Amino acid sequence: MSKPKVAFYWCASCGGCEEAIVDLAEDVLKVVEAVDIVFWPVALDFKRADVEAMRDGELAACFVNGAIRTSEQEEMAELLRKRSQLLIAFGSCSHLGGVPGLANLWDRQAIFDYVYKEAPSVTNPEGVVPQEQTKLGSNGYALTLPSFRDSVRTLDQTVEVDYYLPGCPPPVKLIVNAVMAILENKLPPKGTVLAPDKALCEECPRKPTKPDKLALKELKRPHQTHIDSEKCLLAQGLLCLGPATRSGCSAPCVSANMPCTGCLGPTSRVKDYGAKALSAIASLIDSEDGREIAAIMEQIVDPVGTFYRYSLPASLLHRRVRRSGGAQA
Amino acid sequence: MSNDWEPKIVAFFCTWCTYTAADLAGISRMTYAPNGRIVRVMCSGRIDPQFVLKAFADGADGVLIGGCHPGDCHYQAGNYKALRRYTLLKRVLTEMGIEPERLRLEWISASEGDRVQKVMNEMAEQVRRLGPLHLEKASRRAQVKEKEREAVGVRS
Repeated sequence: MSKPKVAFYWCASCGGCEEAIVDLAEDVLKVVEAVDIVFWPVALDFKRADVEAMRDGELAACFVNGAIRTSEQEEMAELLRKRSQLLIAFGSCSHLGGVPGLANLWDRQAIFDYVYKEAPSVTNPEGVVPQEQTKLGSNGYALTLPSFRDSVRTLDQTVEVDYYLPGCPPPVKLIVNAVMAILENKLPPKGTVLAPDKALCEECPRKPTKPDKLALKELKRPHQTHIDSEKCLLAQGLLCLGPATRSGCSAPCVSANMPCTGCLGPTSRVKDYGAKALSAIASLIDSEDGREIAAIMEQIVDPVGTFYRYSLPASLLHRRVRRSGGAQA
Repeated sequence: MSNDWEPKIVAFFCTWCTYTAADLAGISRMTYAPNGRIVRVMCSGRIDPQFVLKAFADGADGVLIGGCHPGDCHYQAGNYKALRRYTLLKRVLTEMGIEPERLRLEWISASEGDRVQKVMNEMAEQVRRLGPLHLEKASRRAQVKEKEREAVGVRS
């Protein structure tokens, strides 16, 4: 009997998710023993045409990391969806939009203007920007580039997704569990996020030092304070998003004196991660005076970047509003 | 179509004060702008910022939150929680391109029916001046569906 076929693909991502697969270390041998990896652009020399040549449903499972930003990524998502029995959104970008999703605070024009013209490190006196089609000489040759969308989307805003592996990147333990669940056919209902459904505080090594009632007069950033390496970070006034974030990572950031930034996203009951995280933090502020509250909140330098660091495209608002007011279209 | 536009305002009112005040306004036959859709909640502290975003995402042009005056919360401190969340949420909304005037928090006690009338009128006027809020749908799949609906003449 031939082994089940598995594919990995990357869209708008940093490559960290690929590292996470490499981080499986010896466990990757178990995976390779059980499955055939037939498509993995970062490591194997198979091309899009090889995937196109497959039958629909030929891939037992496909893990896609990265957000969807260009027409090429849309096409690949659609192609891989057709060819795969199970499509798994792998990592924060694919699951919720991730860090690239913060580009939804701008649009294509603003991004191109800054990146190719205005950034201090750019010299571009002719104002050359990438074109979707460029004619070369007079012999009719043309080069094409994928088109760049105004908004970043999650994988499931593009095609149907069966499961989600959260995290930036997904913790090795969760990847192994997911692969085992697929091989043993012990999968939970479709649409499940393959991670525990409890908040990070539940598995935080600092949990015993979390006071029953947190009350914060000041919000600090890690570089502004000496961090006690045992005490609850929130109790030290650091903006830790553990209470609003799904567990499953064993709290490596918190253990290294870095507050949780929320990469595993929300638990299943929450629709909008940022709103819930914002709510959790705002509730802890120890003041009943409007002005003092506003002053404490000002210490959060970048609220959208803080609360929606990994989830802006998946949020209820999805992107910055570009047109408000005036006549309705 | 632009002439038919009326601001849609979702109003979350605390049952102990602002909702009772709205009741009083009704019993007293006060007239005010009909743009508000009142949602009764047990306490302004119950209003999850997700409710506000969901209202905007589903087509509200403005959101009004009504709670008990400071010190008067039936549950002691729910309205202070509302105030803190509101303060932070407003910053997020501004950064997301939504005018801060589209979200308003007011303390209105059960006896202030006239204040419900005044605030609702002001809010309707304010949002009318701002115009409709155009949110873009997140999903390409949703957009395709919407186009199909438009093609067969279904209006949302």
